Amino acid sequence: MNPAFWFVAPALAAIGLFFFVPVAASLGLSLTDFDIYSVADLANLRFVGLANYGRLLEDAAFWTALRNTAYFVVVGAPLSVATSLAAALLLGSRLVRWKALLRTIYFLPVVTTLVAVAVVWRFLYHPRVGPLARLFEALGLPAVDWLGDPAFAMPAIILLAVWKGFGFNMVIFVAGLQAIPERLYEAARLDGASAAQQFRHVTLPMLAPTTSFVLLMTLIGHFQLFAEPYVMTQGGPGDATRSIVLLMYEQGFRWWSLGQAAAIAFVLFGIILAVSLAARAAGLLGGGDGAEARP
Amino acid sequence: MKRRALAALLYAVLVAGAAATLAPLLWMVSVSLMPAGEATALPPRLLPSAPTLENYRTLFTRLHLARSFGNSLLLAAAATAISLVLNALAGYAFARLRFPGRDRLFRLLLAALVVPGQVGMLPLFLLLKEMGLVNSYLGVLVPGLASIFGIFLIRQYCLGIPQSVLDAARVDGAGELRIWWSIVLPLCRPILATLAIFTFMGTWNDFLWPLIVLSDEDLHTLPVSLANLLGEHAQDLELMMAGSVLTVLPVIVLFALFQRQYIQGIVSGSVRG
Repeated sequence: MNPAFWFVAPALAAIGLFFFVPVAASLGLSLTDFDIYSVADLANLRFVGLANYGRLLEDAAFWTALRNTAYFVVVGAPLSVATSLAAALLLGSRLVRWKALLRTIYFLPVVTTLVAVAVVWRFLYHPRVGPLARLFEALGLPAVDWLGDPAFAMPAIILLAVWKGFGFNMVIFVAGLQAIPERLYEAARLDGASAAQQFRHVTLPMLAPTTSFVLLMTLIGHFQLFAEPYVMTQGGPGDATRSIVLLMYEQGFRWWSLGQAAAIAFVLFGIILAVSLAARAAGLLGGGDGAEARP
Repeated sequence: MKRRALAALLYAVLVAGAAATLAPLLWMVSVSLMPAGEATALPPRLLPSAPTLENYRTLFTRLHLARSFGNSLLLAAAATAISLVLNALAGYAFARLRFPGRDRLFRLLLAALVVPGQVGMLPLFLLLKEMGLVNSYLGVLVPGLASIFGIFLIRQYCLGIPQSVLDAARVDGAGELRIWWSIVLPLCRPILATLAIFTFMGTWNDFLWPLIVLSDEDLHTLPVSLANLLGEHAQDLELMMAGSVLTVLPVIVLFALFQRQYIQGIVSGSVRG
């Protein structure tokens, strides 16, 4: 027996049995009517073909969850990446000292427990006692019931996500900026380029591969929105913050419609796959993927 | 002069950003030290009138969060130890040992990174139910026994080990496992440290899977307990903040201690070789 077998077998067995098999089984599960009766007795299980997917298409709650998730992804991810880039550029300035300290502060929210900070922000947004309401009052701004108003609940969650996550991409951008050869800037300066022109014609193009990678990973991470609405709004007010994964969780583990929930999970997978393939086709990404976007 | 004005502006923006970043965390700590009801009285206070640890005492004595703290600690440590061994074995083999289908297998693993973790969760739950592992520590650990990302990181690192070092050991008659243990692992110490911190924090912070697989309150991890606590004590702001501090503090301390390795890991994970 090749000794390499014993090196890879334990990890591959674990990943195979507890990741690949369930993912494949999930596809099968989504073609059945697995529900609370099947949980009790598998004899109640029936093959229903694509009926679960068909039902999703007619389900207003599913379209709402899809729309909410798209809102979070399309607005939240670029905002988060832009904040990361801005922070990295400011930190990269030669005029700034105390870089290490500032970087640590900006990074701190990344390592915090999402559930815990979602609890904190839930109270931060409290319309009566929350500090944000007090701040608005002091500035003479109109009172906003952040998490109680369907128009503001998702923006409030996006703001939390930016706060929580921008430090992660920031350190990647900082590394990307440091990798740009100094001589490019020197050459640009010799040609009389202003700071703005250097940014536009040296920094941005050189940073493009990093930016596409970071943006794609952030988009993928944002599609998996769950803990924030679970803790802060339970999907409300109304349905304004119910995300795909929250819907899947409720279908699967609150109502035990596992077949239906598996179909939701696969639609999510399909969307993420489509986004990744589109990014690759557009030449935004070469080679294999490397990092998880939301640690 | 213009340069100094620019620097001043830069600092103003950076310091304002730092203040905004820290504010929610500082507010959390401050409220957690307030006597019950002080944060919700009008007008609400920003600092405690008389700092108290009463909320923490309540969490530990009346609400059994000490138990959840222990669960989180145990599970994060176990997940870290197990996955480190499995990932280091596999990562090294994918980098330096020859076996049929190696590169194709590795590409398959990388391709699977695009599959979101939630996709397999429902059948995994049913599988564990059949195996009798639902509502057990092992059930929480199962999805993290080995990780593709961890294997990837270690493989990239092992590619940099000089072949002559490995050859010398083989000439000396060392077995492959022996080489891995006494030569490869010591050389891999930096990446192992990075991966250990990632795994520990990732397991500590994880929410969806423990929420699904654990129903027994005695087994709950801190994030699950905290979310449940919110259901019963949504009015007790000071108590909830103490619970949040308790959940967040260990990972912040860990980050403070191993910041360099942690950030290095993110950067090397994003630079694909």
